[in-house]
Amino acid sequence: MIPSAFDYTRATSVEEAVKLLQAAGGEAKLLAGGHSLLPMMKIKLTSPGKLIDIGRIKELSGIRKEGNRLVVGALTTHRQVAADPLVRKYAPVLAEAASQIGDIQVRNRGTVGGNLAHADPASDLPAVALALEAEFEVQGPDGKETLDAGGFFLGPLITALPENSILTSVSFAIPPEGAKSTYLKYPHPASGYAVVGVAAVVSTGPDGMVNDARIGITGVADTAYRAEEAERALVGKKLSEQTILEVAALASEGQEMASDLFASAEYRRHLTRVYTIRALKRLLI
Amino acid sequence: MPNVFGTPLKRREDPRLITGKGNFTDDIQLPGMLYMAVLRSPHAHARIKRIDVSAARQVPGVVAVYTGKDLEGKMGTIPTAWLVPDSDIKTPPHHALAVDQVRYVGDGIALVVAEDRYTVRDALELIDVEYEELPPVVNQEEAMKDGAPQLHEGVPNNIAFHWKAGEVPDEVFDRAEVVIRRRFYQQRLIPNPMETRAAVAQYNPSSGEMTIWCTSQNPHIHRFILSGVLGIPETKLQVVAPDVGGGFGCKIAVYPDEALVGYVARDLRRPVKWTEDRREHFTTTTHGRDMILDVELAGKRDGTLTALRIKNTANLGAYLSTAAPGVPTILFGLIAPGPYKIPKAAVEVIGVLTNTTPTDAYRGAGRPEATYQIERMIDLFADEIGMDPLEIRRKNLIREDEFPFDNALGLQYDSGNYHRALNKALEMINYDQFRKEQEEARKKGRYLGIGFSTYVEICGLGPSKVAGAVGFQGGLWESATVRVHPSGKISVFTGASPHGQGEETTFAQIVSQKLGVPVEDIEIVHGDTNRISMGWGTYGSRTTPVGGSAIAIACDRVLEKAKKIAAHALEVSESDLDFEDGAFQVQGVPGKKITFQEVTLQAYLAWNLPEGVEPSLEAQSFYDPANFVYPFGTHICILEVDGETGEVKLKKYVAVDDPGPVINPMVAEGQVHGGIVQGIGQALWEGAVYDENGQLISGTFMDYAMPKARFFPAFETAFTETPSPVNPLGVKGIGETGTIASTPAVVNAVVDALKPFGVKDLDMPLTPEKVWKAMQKGRREA
Amino acid sequence: METGKVNVTVTVNGVRRSAMVEPRMLLVHFLRDGLGLVGTHIGCDTSQCGACTVLLDGEAVKSCTVLAVQADGSDVTTVEGLGDMENLHPVQEGFWEKHGLQCGFCTPGVMMTAVGLLKQNLNPTEEEIREGLEGVLCRCTGYQNIVRAVQYAAARMSESEGHREVAAAGDDSGEGGR
Repeated sequence: MIPSAFDYTRATSVEEAVKLLQAAGGEAKLLAGGHSLLPMMKIKLTSPGKLIDIGRIKELSGIRKEGNRLVVGALTTHRQVAADPLVRKYAPVLAEAASQIGDIQVRNRGTVGGNLAHADPASDLPAVALALEAEFEVQGPDGKETLDAGGFFLGPLITALPENSILTSVSFAIPPEGAKSTYLKYPHPASGYAVVGVAAVVSTGPDGMVNDARIGITGVADTAYRAEEAERALVGKKLSEQTILEVAALASEGQEMASDLFASAEYRRHLTRVYTIRALKRLLI
Repeated sequence: MPNVFGTPLKRREDPRLITGKGNFTDDIQLPGMLYMAVLRSPHAHARIKRIDVSAARQVPGVVAVYTGKDLEGKMGTIPTAWLVPDSDIKTPPHHALAVDQVRYVGDGIALVVAEDRYTVRDALELIDVEYEELPPVVNQEEAMKDGAPQLHEGVPNNIAFHWKAGEVPDEVFDRAEVVIRRRFYQQRLIPNPMETRAAVAQYNPSSGEMTIWCTSQNPHIHRFILSGVLGIPETKLQVVAPDVGGGFGCKIAVYPDEALVGYVARDLRRPVKWTEDRREHFTTTTHGRDMILDVELAGKRDGTLTALRIKNTANLGAYLSTAAPGVPTILFGLIAPGPYKIPKAAVEVIGVLTNTTPTDAYRGAGRPEATYQIERMIDLFADEIGMDPLEIRRKNLIREDEFPFDNALGLQYDSGNYHRALNKALEMINYDQFRKEQEEARKKGRYLGIGFSTYVEICGLGPSKVAGAVGFQGGLWESATVRVHPSGKISVFTGASPHGQGEETTFAQIVSQKLGVPVEDIEIVHGDTNRISMGWGTYGSRTTPVGGSAIAIACDRVLEKAKKIAAHALEVSESDLDFEDGAFQVQGVPGKKITFQEVTLQAYLAWNLPEGVEPSLEAQSFYDPANFVYPFGTHICILEVDGETGEVKLKKYVAVDDPGPVINPMVAEGQVHGGIVQGIGQALWEGAVYDENGQLISGTFMDYAMPKARFFPAFETAFTETPSPVNPLGVKGIGETGTIASTPAVVNAVVDALKPFGVKDLDMPLTPEKVWKAMQKGRREA
Repeated sequence: METGKVNVTVTVNGVRRSAMVEPRMLLVHFLRDGLGLVGTHIGCDTSQCGACTVLLDGEAVKSCTVLAVQADGSDVTTVEGLGDMENLHPVQEGFWEKHGLQCGFCTPGVMMTAVGLLKQNLNPTEEEIREGLEGVLCRCTGYQNIVRAVQYAAARMSESEGHREVAAAGDDSGEGGR
């Protein structure tokens, strides 16, 4: 399969890319690593008339620590994230998830920004973005703005990214010292995407009680979401097997579960519970 | 003589393949070559009302566009080559491009030829087709009902054939102490060799000669059929199977596409290439399995089995593919009793046409289905009478002293020592210990299971007179030419057409063993109808037992002649000579000898040949085996079912296979590994699923779960070697045993693990959700 | 459909190659049809099978999911550049020694993936190798001998890595030979 023909422009700066986007009047799509876009173009799920290649804009790459946040440039590859010492130190759950995306080849080429902006409902990173209360730095015709992860994922392949804007970086909140975190995934045997993926970040106070819990879940609904009821139920309790069993049932509360050939909605709801339990149990040690 | 038989020689086909110098069909580039692409029906069943190709024709770079109407009467229809006898078989026409009606999603409608790969695909999208949709039918039982949509004229109720073998009267079952009745669905599978199908054709208008390179397991069969379809005599049609990237049965069939490439190349007088993309492969290359098996097994409370009766309702898809009718009938039916002494058996098969991709051979072809049902049934029987699955096998397996053994459906199993293979496999696990661990684990809510598969396979297809008797429209012998060049180097021409199985190595080992020539001096030539006189190809695990035996016999003939020349040269009688270490040695006179090379040179110089001996040293064999061969073995699978998610985790897998003497243990082991994975693919993950509209909803690698490396533990394999009396090498086949054996071993193990939940059977693939639901049902009922 | 071609320059197996291509031209087609390097294969349309894997600036990527223009200015290594019979790469050697291939169609992509895997992890466990092969499909081998081949290559490569480290450590000038 091959993509339909398109015009190609290589942007050298974010400003230029934004201008090109504007000039294309909705006809253009951004090309970064291409690992979300090209597969869709090859099977003709999308056939943009114009591609703006932002893959060489240097400032969009790299990882740095800013205060209590880790800032990851949109073009940073999954492999870079997975291997980065800062990420492994300050947000190990992000490295853990990045190392489970797709396969070696995909991780070498796929980018954090491209992945999150694509918003595949079974993608791994959205769960972590939610659990680490990510902020999306966006640059558009009217300048820069910051979007919260909480309001970013609107539906399958739909985000709050404004028209003619570019996701330039994503910053992740560094969990407080002593917080425990993990990302646990059940990969689809064929696609490798998450049938369910649970990112859990839990902090405990000096009294041994949970004082902060964030659980991002992907793969089961039409978009990744935060299991807020489960989070609330954890706070103020001691993290124990008993507590975990109690709160896990809330992990799919209020969510409509997706259904496909591999897993029905009923089964996905069940898996959400089981994987929430298993993810939280990993934090007991 | 170097003893190369039984040596794990590194493969001789590898140097080109590991350096990127293989020559696969899509790698072929010819000057002035055009690209062809085929427009496929998006509907499962529709009438074509109108096709407008004008926009496609106008695309710059497009050379030609053809529709089914353009080709009507100009080329033949695509035939089936297995006319199962006494089955009232109907063979509705299969046009290379549909003329007025499409019958499955993927049916070809029109084709475009253009200067490059991209243009041809662009133009394809511009063809405008108006369809009148017709109601489709995708399920074989639905298709047989009165009032169901009819696919073809002259095929009432879509029944293409109705075949029976053996008979077991009802009273046998009525009077039996124990009768197990069970329905199994052998799901539809997509062969998915990593190389999709492709073809390149080149026509020489001045000579009228055509060459077609294509992804074929049997280039001579392709030539035979394409010659008729295209109206080109065999003398002017060369078919070449270059490096072929796996076949697994789906490259046996002759498809419309290869014929179309030939037609277009001749019509346009330019070389043309066509390469299927993976999405096309999913819908247009033949599928495997899709059989509904209703099985009855009768026996006694003591575990003695007395009768087997099967009804197989097979889904053949929209047209009868090349070998399709033989798969659910001959290849499935006759071996259905398996390795067990079951005195009575009967099989009835109804072949049904539906609005789906045609089905045909897929690794094992009929025999995995046969083995699956009997291995599942024997477990169910054991469970019913409270007997250990191992004990019931031991009791019913044919004993070593009972060979040759005539099964209830007329096959004669050549040789075997089933208990030895079983015992060897048991040595590789600790059964008693496992049962204890299983018991302990269950107490902790962990579910371990063990599954056995003590299979026998029919392969080495096969004697030609049997081929004729069962309706195969070809012979099943094999040709070999062994040409010793003046220098003593040897070219071997085989009619078999290996495509990954390693016979460029193992065949050289046979020749080396026979003639004492180092393998480096032996070239194996295959896959080209202009170089090889005739051949029937590689499938049905026939390459080594039939093709290899032909080579061995040709080698013997070479030796016979060489011995005459040697005796003459040494002035002794032939009976005074021994052939050893590559030389003819006079018995009892050390040092008095002549090497094979020296004899060869003499044969070519012909200065002093014995009376009546012609020059040159070359021999041919057209070997037709006396019987099929019957490899067998025991596979044991140990696994754990996740009690919460239903996920199956393979823990240990043991395979003991008996393919007769093993020529190259490394290659043979590789065949077993690959086969096991493919069989487990069916058990746990793979399944082609159509919706009610006939759309394939598992049509990409995103949905259709191919086995991956991380799904498996390292397998433990071993061989026993029981020679077959059928052929001069004593060898049986090894290419399909893994696929045949592993599927039921895994399913038996899952069902064993799920015993605490009262689970008796589950339909494949055993996806986590299916297993979880079965456990949930068990929990509710407990 | 009228779209301008663009110039692409890629250093393939050490040789600079330039061509005017359609922007939509996939790297794999550029290599196969444009440069005649047909050792890199195409096995699917959905970036799953990995038969098309090549090294792009030293990292394993699926060349069916990279546009030729994206590789402009980069180094590409295909199986043809990995090693020849006179000088096999340890991964090629492993595949031959351990019977890591049957039909050989997926093999170039699997080998390039293995090279990429070993670049990131020179001493992988069997489990890590199996996980590292997530992005490739092989229908013939059952993967077991591919795993053995990668283990063989890893041993060979860490052996020679070790030799180099010993040599470097013994070099008092501190310049090293690397």
